[in-house]
Amino acid sequence: MKKPIMNKNILEVKNLSLSFGGIKAVDDVSFNVGHNEVVSLIGPNGAGKTTIFNLLTGFYKPDHGEIFKGDKKLNDKSPQEIVKTGISRTFQNIRLFSDMRVIENVLVGTHIRTKYSLFDSTFRTRKYRKEEDSNTAYAMTILSTLGLFDKKDQFASNLPYGDQRKVEIARAIATGAELLLLDEPAAGMNTNESIELMDFVKYLKSLGFTILLIEHDMSVVMNISDRVYVLDNGSLISEGIPSVVANDANVIEAYLGGTLNVNNQ
Amino acid sequence: MKKLFSKFDFPKLPKNDKLKIVFLILALTFLIALPFFGFSNYWMNNLVKVGVYIVLALALNILVGYTGLVSLGQAGFVAIGAYTMTVLVKDYQVNFFVSVLIGGLIAAIFGVLLGLPSLRVRGTYLTLITLGFGEIIRTIIIVWEPVTSGPMGIRNIPTPSLFGLELSLSNGGLYYLVLALLILVVLFSHFLFRSKTGRAFRAIKVDEPASIMMGINTTYYKTLAFVLAAVISGLAGSIYAIQLGYIDQNTFTFDMSTLILSIVILGGMGTIRGMFIGAIILVLLPEVSRALMAYRFVLYGVILVIMMRFRPQGILGWKPKKPYHVTKNARMLFEQGHGELVKLNISNQE
Amino acid sequence: MIVQQIFNGLTLGMSYALIAVGYSMVFGILRLVNFSHGAIYAFGANIVLLLVSLELGILPAILLGILFTGILGIVIDKLALEPLRKQNAASITSLITTIGISNIITNLLIAFLGSQKKSFPTLFPDGSITILNFQITYTQLGMFVVSLLLLVALMLIVNKTTLGLAMRASETNIKAAKLMGVNVNFVISFTFFLGGVSAAIAGALISSYYSMAYPNMGYMSGLKAFSAAVLGGIGSLPGAIIGGLTVGISESLAATFFGSEFRDSVAFVILIIVLLIRPRGFFGKKEIKKL
Repeated sequence: MKKPIMNKNILEVKNLSLSFGGIKAVDDVSFNVGHNEVVSLIGPNGAGKTTIFNLLTGFYKPDHGEIFKGDKKLNDKSPQEIVKTGISRTFQNIRLFSDMRVIENVLVGTHIRTKYSLFDSTFRTRKYRKEEDSNTAYAMTILSTLGLFDKKDQFASNLPYGDQRKVEIARAIATGAELLLLDEPAAGMNTNESIELMDFVKYLKSLGFTILLIEHDMSVVMNISDRVYVLDNGSLISEGIPSVVANDANVIEAYLGGTLNVNNQ
Repeated sequence: MKKLFSKFDFPKLPKNDKLKIVFLILALTFLIALPFFGFSNYWMNNLVKVGVYIVLALALNILVGYTGLVSLGQAGFVAIGAYTMTVLVKDYQVNFFVSVLIGGLIAAIFGVLLGLPSLRVRGTYLTLITLGFGEIIRTIIIVWEPVTSGPMGIRNIPTPSLFGLELSLSNGGLYYLVLALLILVVLFSHFLFRSKTGRAFRAIKVDEPASIMMGINTTYYKTLAFVLAAVISGLAGSIYAIQLGYIDQNTFTFDMSTLILSIVILGGMGTIRGMFIGAIILVLLPEVSRALMAYRFVLYGVILVIMMRFRPQGILGWKPKKPYHVTKNARMLFEQGHGELVKLNISNQE
Repeated sequence: MIVQQIFNGLTLGMSYALIAVGYSMVFGILRLVNFSHGAIYAFGANIVLLLVSLELGILPAILLGILFTGILGIVIDKLALEPLRKQNAASITSLITTIGISNIITNLLIAFLGSQKKSFPTLFPDGSITILNFQITYTQLGMFVVSLLLLVALMLIVNKTTLGLAMRASETNIKAAKLMGVNVNFVISFTFFLGGVSAAIAGALISSYYSMAYPNMGYMSGLKAFSAAVLGGIGSLPGAIIGGLTVGISESLAATFFGSEFRDSVAFVILIIVLLIRPRGFFGKKEIKKL
């Protein structure tokens, strides 16, 4: 019997602030992400976007503000505890486990959901075999759903860049996350690859995932985002649906001379 | 000078599973029959020594090869196992096998102590602490005279017996003791590699922050790696003491720790087969040549430098070519469909 | 009596600082702890001893020994470490390499010179001067002054010369320095050279203080100097000096109050405490982790 969802937002962030030395990296930022939404956090480089991800995932602790996943407050939780609540992330510079195969990378994702002990795995008990088989099947399901099944035996470092990014996402999904934080997933890709990846994000949404996306180039995320937040120098300067935000004077000014291309060329 | 042999990967290995199993069975039979081939005591002694060092290398392999933690203090754990067993057997007449286990237990406790700094300390700093640990153990040996006899050492270490049969060098008993331990540790390493724990270790080695972000408690696992390596080294230490017959603080030096590291690096860190070849080369080769024997310590250092430069994966350290083995059961579960991904994920949150 | 010990500590401490700066400078530029630095120090002392035994005068022996040790530093980098940098090797690779180099140097010294302790000539005349009721031997004074002069010279080089500017630029951001036209490879070689030179001088000073040198001497002194570098903040030159003095004085006091068996453990205890409580030491910068 499913509990009724108390908070309609999967992620709720209120007045988040963090300073390094004297510099305010994140200044009183509030935003939320609703179920099955694709929300994009955009802004020029150095605006504080990755810092926010690091705060959400527990890598940094905020100076002020609150982070809620559903009803759970995340502020004091360790990164490992936060993953258990159903949030997982990818990284701007792809951080796969290069020495391990694709399927092994995804299996690492299942780590927090795996209950067997070292004793079980040493003596290959029934508990080990059952869970390991279940996890392996789950990993293969994820890879197959994402179109990566054929590559499952390959070592992660041998894959082309675009596939590595997808494996990273597969690994994040394997943790059991419903909310995926994707940090500049299209970084390092050319236009065609970016478009393909963004279609991929749309596909993830259709599977039922909720996605919070970081990107510095707004044109990349215009088509797929339900809502957009714009960050500059640590503060939010605009928010709303893409078309509104794209025409916001503040946003245009922040990007003046930058990489913004609102006509999606 | 480019990497030597980087593309040349020794295609002698059996190509499929059946061949590999046949090979293993043959090797095992050979090893079991070995004492009957009539080797002299001198060579049986060497074989026991090789066996001990393969076990020690497998232990360090868990730290260095799997988890990426360079430890230069393994000699300390060997000493703990050796002295605990010796003192319990000689002074308190405790059964040999019980003493060995207690030695392993005490080594485990020290393994926890050594793992704790890994919470705050990384890389070279952690290695230096392991170095200090080895020296602290040596100091304890020298200073704690009532128990360890200090610099005088302990002599006439008695050979153990099993069901009334003495396990000595000449009847092959000691050899089988080492072989039994070796087989157990090989199996343990193999099962460890393909498990949740093993994958956690390997993830930490490649990228610790990413491992944390995937939910792995890295402090726990790094400490666990130290404990496992400590226990295995302690168990091997007990057998080593029997073989030597005499131990003092100079038996368990920094040079021993360096030798173990060189074996792991030479053979191929992260692999089980590499430990065999590394130990055979580095333990037996100096026995063959007087010149090598005198300069063998320089050799260990040279091997570290050369391997890191030209073949960091070690002699036998190639990546497996076969696909990842998936059990029939797992494949069946997969084909039956594992349920829609997100529904599965979301329902887990309830 | 305590003050006397403190003077001893200051004297030794300055020499530890001379070794510690080698660790700091290399770490500053390469973010690498040179595990073999202790062995380089031992090489310096033993080479001087060897040259003296070949009937060279003490001063020419020292100068030549310093030169050889500096060159050894460069050779280590060029042969073993630079290729790894070019390959973008993982840090565990460099760590194992420097362990290997330390091993090679120490064991070659043992193989060629024998592992027993040999007597090292004194560098300063006997006798002492009295300042404010305290007796300071010429040796203590000499060690302190020579170390101080060299440390000052090092700081002048780093802070006041163009080459020093290049070093500091490389420490801050090696890629940017390269783009600005800095010959980074030369700077790195020079850094290793300076490290070798200061280690050799420290080797001569400390060996003459204890009147002996032996191949394994790098082990303990290297560890002590490393503790000093970490205490002061690895990468910081003034930190190396403060750290060295602290370790030196602590060691003297510990020997006085607890007995000489504990002389060597003090540095190790300091190292553990610093690493567990404040890993960046006095003057080290707090590193902001990035994901």
